[in-house]
Amino acid sequence: MSDAAILRVEDLRVGFATPEGLVQAVDGVSWAVAPGRTLGIVGESGSGKTVAAMTAMGLTRGRRTRVSGRVLLDGEDLLSAPPERLRALRGDALAMVFQDPLSALHPLLRVGDQIAEAVRAHRAGVSRAAARARAVELLEHVAMPDAARRVDAYPHELSGGMRQRAMIAMALANEPRVLIADEPTTALDVTVQKQILELLRRLRDELGMAMVLITHDLGVVAETADEVAVMYAGRIVEQAPAAELFAAPQHPYTWGLLRSMPRLDAEAGAELVPIPGRPPSLIHPPSGCRFHPRCAYVRERHREVDPPLAPLAGAGAADTGHRVACLLSETERRAIWARLAQGAARRRSWPASSSSSSASRSRAACCCAGGSARWRRSTA
Amino acid sequence: MAAYILRRVLWGVVLLVLVSLLTFVVFYVLPSADPAQLRAGRNADPATLAQIRANLGLDRPLTAQYWTFLTQALLHANLGYSYFSQASVGSLLVDRLPATISLTLGAIVIWVLVAVPLGVVSAVRRGTWVDKLTTGGALLGISVPVYWLGLVALYLFASDIGKFPLLPGAGSYVPLTDDPWKWLTSLILPWLVLASTFTAVYARLLRGNMIEVLSEDYVRTARAKGLSERRVVWRHALRAAVTPLVTLAGLDVGLLLGGAVLTETVFGIPGIGRLNYDAIVHADYPVIQGTVLLAAFFVIVANIVVDVAYAYLDPRVRTA
Repeated sequence: MSDAAILRVEDLRVGFATPEGLVQAVDGVSWAVAPGRTLGIVGESGSGKTVAAMTAMGLTRGRRTRVSGRVLLDGEDLLSAPPERLRALRGDALAMVFQDPLSALHPLLRVGDQIAEAVRAHRAGVSRAAARARAVELLEHVAMPDAARRVDAYPHELSGGMRQRAMIAMALANEPRVLIADEPTTALDVTVQKQILELLRRLRDELGMAMVLITHDLGVVAETADEVAVMYAGRIVEQAPAAELFAAPQHPYTWGLLRSMPRLDAEAGAELVPIPGRPPSLIHPPSGCRFHPRCAYVRERHREVDPPLAPLAGAGAADTGHRVACLLSETERRAIWARLAQGAARRRSWPASSSSSSASRSRAACCCAGGSARWRRSTA
Repeated sequence: MAAYILRRVLWGVVLLVLVSLLTFVVFYVLPSADPAQLRAGRNADPATLAQIRANLGLDRPLTAQYWTFLTQALLHANLGYSYFSQASVGSLLVDRLPATISLTLGAIVIWVLVAVPLGVVSAVRRGTWVDKLTTGGALLGISVPVYWLGLVALYLFASDIGKFPLLPGAGSYVPLTDDPWKWLTSLILPWLVLASTFTAVYARLLRGNMIEVLSEDYVRTARAKGLSERRVVWRHALRAAVTPLVTLAGLDVGLLLGGAVLTETVFGIPGIGRLNYDAIVHADYPVIQGTVLLAAFFVIVANIVVDVAYAYLDPRVRTA
């Protein structure tokens, strides 16, 4: 499957020079996505998931940006592409939908004009009238109610869901081969979220697009993605087919994300377990495993050794594409997750339930001493 | 919208009446030269003085004086007669208005044509020498008083006293209808001087707005669509950054139409500002009242125009 990938990111590193130092927002990330497939990229704010995607689009270029690695669109390296070439690809072969459609749409221009502009930017010969007709067609395609009238609306006159539909219509203007959706449902009501996700899935199938879905919400990924990459502090810590990831997550951070996710099928009274601490500094990332300051299963060695993202050795099975960057042994991880999954419904907080080692207990105590007020839901 | 405008216009009339009352009160309550004394000369005898006072109607009670003014102004559009030249205030204003309008409009054209590109370019090229030159120049332009700059301009370039006698100097204004070429050349220096401060202010404001807008999500969207950088900056970003400045520009134009007193005085341009200045010097109350009311009128009209224009520029205001 990965051989058929249309968009491939290889060892991407993106840093931003700031007065305080180099912020290494993305630190050696690789992923690929094939036509008709969806890659979900999950992580907290500041994990680098958006920066990686924006860099692929060439939107992070600037004097203070340091980029290395490769971003291949159909074999063409976008990182070394001249700006004019990149401009020609943006909005054409490669399109993006942003998080908050109210701020991502120009407030003073009619949505139809904004969509028509996307068409004309890449189709020089298209007349104004034809571009407008295309805008109406696109709005109908994304199921905008009363599209013929809404084409003349300003963004503030539309509801959140309609705005995101307009945003998607704009991204689809030139039938892109890759659609990057950056938190496309975060700013929306839950019911609207579902509609938008369904719309994206339908459009992906109809147009045969490859889709990159960036989100902090594992629930969104579970519904939509074929594969998932979990990012933490600029790196991918776990990568797997979606079903595999949800069935047998391997990284403590993924466990944290799963356990902090509200579930309808959980028993009544089951508590959401937050991940203690907060995302690390990207200027001075923690030594060893980057997750170790927040990990309940940390050992002394983990503070020094930086785990690579490696395929699961385990169980003699064929390579499922499941990779994880964790220093715990696979047997240990499977045992811990089995216990966590089982105990998830019990009224227990995460550090207390992991009474496996004294090290983890002292670590947990340390986290608490750091101020429980700082605990945050990973989905916050 | 029509009802809104009508309401604003009615309020404008009320405001003008209040302004006239205030001008009247200020003129008679605060120390001022005695108009009769000024006209009678230094050694006038009391009889002459009383005669002049009676002629000008200054011997009547203040309330009666104001009432006469108000009824004349509102019912007959008659603003009275100059104590000094006996000409009707209305005709004086009409005579002087073209010069002020010429000065204002020319200055606007220059400041918009210069400030917009400067503001945009220095925002886009933030931190480069273009930006530093612009912001430095703007600071200078804002700091330098207009009358000083005007005098320097005359000293350097005026054909009579200038070191480089390139352009007509002070007092060379010719109405457009008399001689368009002379009109143009005589106004170049005043235009540049008057526009300099405004150019500086607007370039700085626009730069700030542009920098803010350029980091907005919708600008990123415009780039993600694959628009050319030129289009992103000059259509998407500028459209949003310039809208708030239109309000300000409208008010400034209203103020300037009421007379650019300093510029008109330095360059000897017979405009409203100059008329106002002379009227104050001569304690010519009716003319002071007329020029003040005209200035207030322009400010009020500019306010209404700006509010209506803003609704067209920003659709969010329309529905609000």
